[in-house]
Amino acid sequence: MTTAATETPLAASRTPSTLAPNRLARALIYTALILFAVYYLLPLYVMLVNSLKPLGEIRQGDMLSLPLATTVEPWLKAWSTAQIGVQPTGLKPYFMNSILMVVPAVFISTVLGALNGYVLTKWTFRGAGVVFGVMLLACFIPFQIVLIPMARMLGLLGLAGTIPGLVLVHVVYGLGFTTLFFRNYYAAFPSELVRAAQIDGASFFQIFRRILLPSSGPIIVVTVIWQFTNIWNDFLFGASFAGVDSIPVTVALNNLVSSSTGVKEYNVHFAGAIMAALPTLIVYIVSGRYFVRGLMAGAVKG
Amino acid sequence: MKERLQDYIPKLVLSPSFFLILLFVYGFIAYTGYLSFTDSRILPSYNWVGFENYERLWKLPHWWRAITNLAIFGTLYIVICTVLGLLVAILLDQKIRAEGVLRPIYLYPMALSFIVTGTAWKWFLDPGIGIEHTMHQWGWESFAFDWIKDRRMAIYTVVIAAVWQSSGFVMAMFLAGLRGVDPDIIKAAQIDGASTFTTYRRIIIPLMRPVFLSAFVVLAHLAIKAYDLVIALTGGGPGQATELPATFMYSYTFTRNLMGIGASSAIIMMIMIFSIIIPYLYSELRAGARR
Amino acid sequence: MSFLQIIDLEKSFGNVEVLKRINLEIEEGGFLVLVGPSGCGKSTLLNTIAGLEPITAGEIRIGGRRVNELHPSKRDIAMVFQSYALYPNMTVAQNIGFGMEIRGVPKAEREAAIARVAETLQIGPLLSRKPSQLSGGQRQRVAMGRALVRDPQVFLFDEPLSNLDAKLRVDMRTEIKRLHQRMGTTIVYVTHDQIEAMTLASKIAVLKDGVLQQFGTPAEIYNNPVNTFVADFMGSPAMNLIPAKITNGSAGLALDLERGAAPPISLPLAHPPAGLVAYKGRDVIFGVRPEALTDPEGADRNAVSLAHADCFIEVVEPAGSDTFAVTHLGGKGVIARLRADANIAPGTTAPLAFNLSKSVFFDPETESRIL
Repeated sequence: MTTAATETPLAASRTPSTLAPNRLARALIYTALILFAVYYLLPLYVMLVNSLKPLGEIRQGDMLSLPLATTVEPWLKAWSTAQIGVQPTGLKPYFMNSILMVVPAVFISTVLGALNGYVLTKWTFRGAGVVFGVMLLACFIPFQIVLIPMARMLGLLGLAGTIPGLVLVHVVYGLGFTTLFFRNYYAAFPSELVRAAQIDGASFFQIFRRILLPSSGPIIVVTVIWQFTNIWNDFLFGASFAGVDSIPVTVALNNLVSSSTGVKEYNVHFAGAIMAALPTLIVYIVSGRYFVRGLMAGAVKG
Repeated sequence: MKERLQDYIPKLVLSPSFFLILLFVYGFIAYTGYLSFTDSRILPSYNWVGFENYERLWKLPHWWRAITNLAIFGTLYIVICTVLGLLVAILLDQKIRAEGVLRPIYLYPMALSFIVTGTAWKWFLDPGIGIEHTMHQWGWESFAFDWIKDRRMAIYTVVIAAVWQSSGFVMAMFLAGLRGVDPDIIKAAQIDGASTFTTYRRIIIPLMRPVFLSAFVVLAHLAIKAYDLVIALTGGGPGQATELPATFMYSYTFTRNLMGIGASSAIIMMIMIFSIIIPYLYSELRAGARR
Repeated sequence: MSFLQIIDLEKSFGNVEVLKRINLEIEEGGFLVLVGPSGCGKSTLLNTIAGLEPITAGEIRIGGRRVNELHPSKRDIAMVFQSYALYPNMTVAQNIGFGMEIRGVPKAEREAAIARVAETLQIGPLLSRKPSQLSGGQRQRVAMGRALVRDPQVFLFDEPLSNLDAKLRVDMRTEIKRLHQRMGTTIVYVTHDQIEAMTLASKIAVLKDGVLQQFGTPAEIYNNPVNTFVADFMGSPAMNLIPAKITNGSAGLALDLERGAAPPISLPLAHPPAGLVAYKGRDVIFGVRPEALTDPEGADRNAVSLAHADCFIEVVEPAGSDTFAVTHLGGKGVIARLRADANIAPGTTAPLAFNLSKSVFFDPETESRIL
């Protein structure tokens, strides 16, 4: 998909095709669509209702029924007292770790991506295409290939097992995507405006700040959402590079769910899973339009 | 003097990112590549052993398990996501009144962490408390669905969860493609007397070629990278039943301390991904340059 | 001395030469139009004058000062862009004042200058609006306002009217000409529209494939095109370029034109250009503008050299002020421009008058004019 696809609104903008089927066909279409909706909602529903049941009710009852004795106990436990690793701390400290990791990583990678996109579209130079290609290809590497050297590099930098170390990792491996987003967006930004500003005497940074940045709202939102979602949801880097004090929430959740000791507290697991998913879900609900745009732009690039 | 400096600013601004990527991506690939030719075990060693790791890797039943699983998982994941995505997109493109409500429902799984998805499906598919247990509670005593505990079937549960997570996204890609079709072409087909079905089969779906290609590339690269979901859903088990190259690499490198073999498996993963991505990016960038 | 000089200018992108040894100059207060088909290099040439693109070789002088090394903002120029290039996030007043703001001009002075320009262009009521709230014509005015406020030595216009609809374009064309007459500032203006070029310019430069084809006044370009490209490009409908043969007529040289199955026309050439003698017995390209090919009653009474011939009329196109008739000569469709009320019907044969003193001849090989 190319830049154009990024701009294609998903909302029905064209007069939908007049391939109007008859009534029965329409009824079938709606039925099918609703069944699909049930399929997509089912796991969320299961997590939600069972996170509000006492453990006994899950064991005895079925997974699909609403709770008989609604309780928020599993939520409280998942948040503050559940046993994760050796400490009964709940997800709370890990949630905080994720926030401390995500905020600077998103900020830095977005700023750098915006500047890179600006240079690559408005100040092109010989070899800019190659530079972009090199950065773009970096988006797609299987991260397994950098795990070993990255672990050593973090050690050399003295960042092993720290949150700044994770921030560095996420900034580096998010740069390709943020650059891509801004490059594609700024490619469609009229170069004549930059030229007009040059004639007006504006400098490199003045043009960026006064001319491009005020028009960059949508792509900033897209990029921030994309980076936020990816970094928040990351597991591999967290599992590989986090220390005791910097474990992100996804890794903590996995530890909680797959710990083999003691009673399996499904309700607490579900509550924890929703908790870990909540930030990205909220972002999705609040700004789904931009989320989809990011997916499409990140999907492929032109 | 000031003018000169201005000329260098753009490159100065770009260079930190560029060199970070050069070092942390390409430099690291080279380093891993080098390790794959050494006898590194728990720590990197620089003792050159040639292709020994690769030879040993391809003799390991464990690795063959991972590769076979990737073939099964990848094929089903790509095919089902594409078919389902296209189907839902076409259904949703029939002037559906509730589209604004339905579309976000189909897409939200993409916002979730694979760990969350894995957790949800892990217990939902668990015979002890999940769907099987529920059916028994409802009185359907003979109902059995224990794939997640079954060595032969467990890989298919990974497919189920992965399709659930990604098919909505493929739907969105196709929907954007369908919305991009020139309505005049559809009108022309109707005037030619084509039925709805024929119009889709002969005109619209063939026009979706670029979307099929994009979807394939995205899904294939996600499949090869798949790691988190397997860890959360099955942990690679039962036994090695759901081991994939990504989990194989991790366990050989960090758990079994056979870094040389781990590195060689990572290199093979990268070759797989690059053989799909590079031709695609190349053609996309060429097309982009032509526009 | 000329005010703007372009000396041996060359420009390459990699191995591609986009401008080849361009030499141009215009006096102070002149109106230079760069015209040519898309891709001819005219916009690139304008950008090099602005300093937006570096040049490979040569020199650009403005007011006697070499500006090659100067940043665009230091060249004392202003530019109006094809897309207007209004900053979308700023109001009209901010757009006009941005350059002054960057230069650190005090606010009061800035506002006075903005008000002055708004007065000139009658855009006062628009000053607090954003570009997105303006019509095409209003944006055009604002873009000109932003250029005017700089009070530069040279105005550069890059196809400023091409995004306007036909009627507005004619109005703005007149407006630009009026502004130029009032302010007397030197203008360099790029267009692909030959009518704009003819109506506005004091000098026209015709470019093709990065090569300057001809540089002269509008009349020189129109009446004496140096080659078939310029002849064909300037004028609408275009000049008829008819394959023909120079023969020995009863009284000096004559011009033979094929007429399909009918016998060829032979037109006596009373005052042929001197170089045509060498083409005796050879093929040439005969260039005659539609208005020099008319019905006999409508022909120019003062023409020095007029010849008549019967032609088969294929199509008649009444255009209100004139009537165009299409005939076939030398294997090509040829357009004649008749009076509006000329009595002519398609499918008939009618006499046409050739004004040979307004005709030109080209070498079919080199496509250059035979002098």
